[in-house]
Amino acid sequence: MVSPILELTNINKSFGHVHANKNINLTINKGTIHGIIGENGAGKSTLMSIVFGLYQANSGTIKVNGKEINLRSPKDSIINGIGMVHQHFMLVENFTVLENIILGFEGELVFGKNLEKAKKDLKDLCETYKLNIDLNSTISDLSVGFRQRVEILKSLYRGAEILILDEPTGVLTPQEVDELFKILRSLKEEGKTIVLITHKLIEIMDLTSEVSVMRQGEMVGHTKTKNTSKEQLAEMMVGRSVLLRLDKSEVKAGEVLFSVKNLTVKDDLDVTRVKSVDLEIRSGEILGLAGVTGNGQTELLEALSGIRKVESGEIYLEGKKVSDSQNFLDPRELKDKGLAHVPEDRQRMGLVTDFKAYENLIFGYHDQQPFSKLSVLNHRDIISHSQKIMEEYDVRPQSPNLITSNFSGGNQQKIILSRELNENPKVLLVGQPTRGVDIGAIEFIHQRLIDMRDRGAAILLVSVELDEVLSLSDRIVVMFDGKIVGEKDNKNVTDRELGLLMAGVV
Amino acid sequence: MEFLSDIASLINSTLRISTPLVFAAMAGIFAERSGVIDFSLEGKMLMAAFVAAVGSYFLGNPWLGLLLAIIACISLSMLHGFASVTYKGDQVVSCVAINILIIGLTTALAAAWFGQAGLTPTLNEDQRFLEVNLPFAESLRDVPIIGTIYSDILSGHYIFVYLAYLSVPLVFWVVFKTSFGLRLRAVGENPSAVDTAGINVFAMRYKALAINGVLIAFAGAHLSTAVNANFFREMSAGRGYLALAAMIFGKWHPKTALVACLLFGFTDALQIRLQGVELPAIGEIPVQLIQAIPYVLTVVLLAGFVGKAIAPNAIGQPYIKER
Repeated sequence: MVSPILELTNINKSFGHVHANKNINLTINKGTIHGIIGENGAGKSTLMSIVFGLYQANSGTIKVNGKEINLRSPKDSIINGIGMVHQHFMLVENFTVLENIILGFEGELVFGKNLEKAKKDLKDLCETYKLNIDLNSTISDLSVGFRQRVEILKSLYRGAEILILDEPTGVLTPQEVDELFKILRSLKEEGKTIVLITHKLIEIMDLTSEVSVMRQGEMVGHTKTKNTSKEQLAEMMVGRSVLLRLDKSEVKAGEVLFSVKNLTVKDDLDVTRVKSVDLEIRSGEILGLAGVTGNGQTELLEALSGIRKVESGEIYLEGKKVSDSQNFLDPRELKDKGLAHVPEDRQRMGLVTDFKAYENLIFGYHDQQPFSKLSVLNHRDIISHSQKIMEEYDVRPQSPNLITSNFSGGNQQKIILSRELNENPKVLLVGQPTRGVDIGAIEFIHQRLIDMRDRGAAILLVSVELDEVLSLSDRIVVMFDGKIVGEKDNKNVTDRELGLLMAGVV
Repeated sequence: MEFLSDIASLINSTLRISTPLVFAAMAGIFAERSGVIDFSLEGKMLMAAFVAAVGSYFLGNPWLGLLLAIIACISLSMLHGFASVTYKGDQVVSCVAINILIIGLTTALAAAWFGQAGLTPTLNEDQRFLEVNLPFAESLRDVPIIGTIYSDILSGHYIFVYLAYLSVPLVFWVVFKTSFGLRLRAVGENPSAVDTAGINVFAMRYKALAINGVLIAFAGAHLSTAVNANFFREMSAGRGYLALAAMIFGKWHPKTALVACLLFGFTDALQIRLQGVELPAIGEIPVQLIQAIPYVLTVVLLAGFVGKAIAPNAIGQPYIKER
């Protein structure tokens, strides 16, 4: 017997000129795990933020258990049994688990009796769902996986019957994902309703019984999960058929173009983040660097591209030493020697987002012919170059005069990629090439990287997306706590093995 | 014996001099723990001093002057909140604006009302707070040690001195032992977490600023209606900034902030005490050098020892919910 627990009718929401949700209708049945899938920017998170009362819809109605409710703030949603685990956790880092959970639901002005009761209730909840959380530990001491559990526990304590999870697996290792799914399934057993927002097709197929697909702010389809396939869902998400598997030729690795010996790097707080790392990348191969965020990949990339000082060790480009702790080349000199860098954080390091597209398209090469002569920019040539390159790399919209921040994440990434690849670098360092990029653009970006490799470039791919590392790389190394903890040939490795390495278990 | 009474009088003045610092530091803790920078402690203290003196002069009762000072300071806090919480302006700029406004406003109003730029008429005994003698202070004076501590150090202060030191445990209790305190600390660390817990972030910050206004009013009233009997131009003399430094030095914590305030108060008391005194082997130290001690100490402490002081995470950032 299925009965709807949450019904949305004709929900509309605009941010300025952006119509983020257009006439959304959605029915979620009690006791199910319902997936909502769509590309980045499709409006999934906006829709769920409306259900959670964080944003107010411009129009439309929301019913919980058949009763229409008015959601003015998260408080109203919580009262109606809606809980949400956000993509960026809503936790106070220097508070304990207990303090975070009771925040706003203290039940008394001065801590005393209720606090004791809360502790008892929380322990019971932990036991029921096997959450295994120590209430007295401080959030900043907990791993990402545990912080997420704290968020789940928080929602349950506040009486959630409907639990919304926004991209819950993005920051987890495969093992942590397994644990999470176990918890979600046990929640379902207990009669809770779960809404899973994701852009990962495999999670939808694994976990959900029903799925709704969003595209560009609209709801484009609902179906039972068993009646659909990954290919079909991908097509609905993108609006055209998509190649989910990459066509890649055999690796033809040549001589070593880029190597790192015994490299140690410190971060701004003087903490050693990269510890005695050795790497070798050959011409015509992609070396994938996998690892959970924050294990030194960022600092490694910065050191390799000349942005960050090397503490000890050496870096070699085409057999010649370019950097050690005494002498080092800056990013510009490295660029001149044929090393290109697509930084992890494209908005902070890769682009000046307030600049126009054509300015970003030549940035770093702006003082070279034909873009400038005697330090004066040659506007006409820059624009025509930009138009050509935007067409080649399918940057949409194709207008060089548009401010960069108005492009979507995927198109911003294409701007950087086209700028760096256009110079035909010998060595390419790429950080998180498809973070926040839609499926269609991912396909395009991956194909470009493969093309570069086939032309003989040496590529270092740093990514937290395991699927991406697995599908692109020829060899894979895993970084944990600043060290390279394993190297695998791509032919005989599974995501489980990598996951264990990423978690530092092996 | 003379040495002992010297020490006693030094501690006595330390307690008195630290009083406005303690009030201001506690006020700062409320604002900054909620995520709102408060550079305007200086301006608010000056405003409170002016309003308390004028109010008491016209109404004939220092308590009414204090009440008006509280109202004035809450209003300024709300102005700060309006600019930086509701309208998400730059918090430092808003504070600087308030500070500059108050310096000019107090001077101009004094000139308009009393014909003297930046000076209000002297208050008589009914119009100001007088020293409070604790019970049995006189009869215990001759008991060794206890007499000195009780009669010479603890007794004979203005009411504000006692209130200031009582406010510290009270602030500690509110910030760390009540649900309001939990929300206050949370809103300064991660306002999104507070919002998603169904609590109004803006209301929390306004409440914190209101408490801030009440506390800082006491500091100002202490200056113009207790230790002095009138208001004069720029009489807060940087105490607001000094208190802010003490609060940072105390890592936004009432107990350690109190220690820092006492330290600053002590150097100031010492500085006054040392003026014109011949020190053995050194001789008389120039006044200017001695007067510089508290400021040098501030710089040294802030630069050298607070390296690890971690401010509330969301401090200075207006809360923006929708992108």
